[in-house]
Amino acid sequence: MGAKLENGVVISNDQIAKDIYSMFIKAPNIANSVEMPGQFINLYPKEKHTILPRPISICEVDSKEETIRVVYQVVGDGTGQFAKLKREDEIQVSGPIGNGFDISGDHREHLLVGGGVGVPPLLELSKRLKGNVTVVLGFRDEPYLIEDFEKYGAKVYVATESGKHGSKGNVLDILKQEDIKIDMAYSCGPKPMLKALNSWCQEKDIPVQVSLEERMACGIGVCVGCVCKKKDSGNKDGWSYKKTCTDGPVFMGSDVIWDE
Amino acid sequence: MNNKLDLSVDIAGVTLKNPITTASGTFAPREFAQFMDLSELGGVIVKGIANVPWEGNPTPRVAETYGGMLNAVGLQNPGVDYFIEHDLPYLEKSGTKIIVNIAGRTIEDYCEVVEKLADTNVDLLELNISCPNVKEGGIGFGTSPEMAAKVTREVKAHSRQPLIVKLSPNVTDIVEIAQAVAEAGADGLSLINTLVGMKIDVNSKKAVLANKIGGFSGPAIKPVAVRMVYQVAQAVDLPIIGLGGIMTGEDAAEFILAGADAISVGTASFANPRACIDIKEELINYMNKHGFKTIKEIQDAFKG
Ligand SMILES: Cc1cc2nc3c(=O)[nH]c(=O)nc-3n(C[C@H](O)[C@H](O)[C@H](O)COP(=O)(O)OP(=O)(O)OC[C@H]3O[C@@H](n4cnc5c(N)ncnc54)[C@H](O)[C@@H]3O)c2cc1C
Ligand SMILES: Cc1cc2nc3c(=O)[nH]c(=O)nc-3n(C[C@H](O)[C@H](O)[C@H](O)COP(=O)(O)O)c2cc1C
Ligand code: FES
Repeated sequence: MGAKLENGVVISNDQIAKDIYSMFIKAPNIANSVEMPGQFINLYPKEKHTILPRPISICEVDSKEETIRVVYQVVGDGTGQFAKLKREDEIQVSGPIGNGFDISGDHREHLLVGGGVGVPPLLELSKRLKGNVTVVLGFRDEPYLIEDFEKYGAKVYVATESGKHGSKGNVLDILKQEDIKIDMAYSCGPKPMLKALNSWCQEKDIPVQVSLEERMACGIGVCVGCVCKKKDSGNKDGWSYKKTCTDGPVFMGSDVIWDE
Repeated sequence: MNNKLDLSVDIAGVTLKNPITTASGTFAPREFAQFMDLSELGGVIVKGIANVPWEGNPTPRVAETYGGMLNAVGLQNPGVDYFIEHDLPYLEKSGTKIIVNIAGRTIEDYCEVVEKLADTNVDLLELNISCPNVKEGGIGFGTSPEMAAKVTREVKAHSRQPLIVKLSPNVTDIVEIAQAVAEAGADGLSLINTLVGMKIDVNSKKAVLANKIGGFSGPAIKPVAVRMVYQVAQAVDLPIIGLGGIMTGEDAAEFILAGADAISVGTASFANPRACIDIKEELINYMNKHGFKTIKEIQDAFKG
């Protein structure tokens, strides 16, 4: 139990779509400590002016190879530094962090909904789930990881905003069109998508687990920078702040305060 | 190797086994214990504690800046009763000195906290009169010599443990405040707290922090902190815990040369959860390299 800190060694770091990279990092202590899909790691950028770790979801774990796979988008300074890493370079990593997706129930019909860089953690989830897995993924333009999901036997639907791949529109459009059997839904992606999915699931009376994203500083539960509002009947306001990094990032959709 | 060295320092009558402490708000005992043995630290300074729980500010609360970061956590904390019940027993077993940072909106708030801590095994108190995040209270105390002296005097009168007063750098004359606090009975000083800063996203044209402004910390602020420690050490005869941007053992040595007796590691622990331990080892290397046997010898070696 608990998070580890170690110098990971880059095994490979390849571009798989525009600005999207897939990196395998050898990090035995961390790889062997992953408890649930949906946990994340902190990657520490090397350059000294970048002070804070970058939280990145665990996309896949291979306990035999003792590797963690991450799939990340280059959006700024830190991820730009990661993209330059080469085989055998070292990178400091801490993790695994957080409460991931709960797969201990006896649900058989699983719906996984991902948007953009929220897609990667769903891959390890789809590997571990027992039963039928349907994956609905939304991208702006260019999809990625589709074959990986199919390899593990999931039925995959894709929507892109541009309509260049899959169907034009968003993940909700697909859910409304298709008749998918669902006992439990799991999701990671932009907050508006999570919010819309949560409402849709509520109408249909389907439990949904959502992975939230917040700005983080320490990434390990120390700074209280990353809080989100969770329902709390014991509190006078009916909610209290929870740390997204270590209390989450996955919460039941019905427990999250969505307004704002 | 380090058995020839004596790293211990005395802060207001309390002996720390080495000068490395954790800066308030950047340390949590159980989380840090995943990465280090807490007994290796000279002391732990815990997150600001108030008389009652504080909810804190809306998010985003944190942002990175070049060589630093901003935070507007708003001193979210579970209150002193929770601290005594849940965190203190754990800290008591950690084998290091316990320093509790205290937040308040009024003088009475502060006094209530130190009174509740009087019966505990807490070793030292650190009075945060400086957090720039909290709109009410906090900001007023640290920025005028009169208010700083008043809160120090009253809190001192209610506390059992030695009282360290943590100064705000957001003042025109830090020496004037330090002197006022010293005259009012402080047993030690720590400095600096965060500078007030702001970051605007030029694409969205919005302030990055929900609170708009926040506390600026990290290596970018170190020269300001070193300057203030130096000026205060020249003027006031109290033990000083120096902090602000310490990332390495040499940074720690720089603060000690400027006049600090101990140091705190803050934002560096976000950049590296084992920073305190690495800094301690680097400080030992520095001492060996320069032939120093004690922390006092480093202090005395400053050539001006
Ligand atoms: C739990 C969690 C899991 C994540 N998983 C992935 C993933 O698997 N793949 C992926 O591509 N991205 C993921 N992200 C988003 C990723 O953390 C950010 O894109 C990344 O931190 C950007 O860093 P940067 O230096 O390139 O960008 P900059 O914009 O230069 O970063 C500046 C600061 O803002 C923070 N920041 C910027 N964007 C975000 C964001 N969207 N969320 C949180 N902090 C941000 C950075 O960490 C840094 O502190 C995840 C975020 C969280 C919270
Ligand atoms: C996230 C965060 C929370 C903080 N909370 C407190 C606090 O509760 N009380 C306090 O006196 N200082 C607090 N500080 C200030 C630090 O203790 C320290 O004075 C400051 O960050 C400068 O040191 P650094 O550059 O090493 O971080 C906080 C700083 C950060 C970054
Ligand atoms: S990021 Fe620091 S507590 Fe979550």
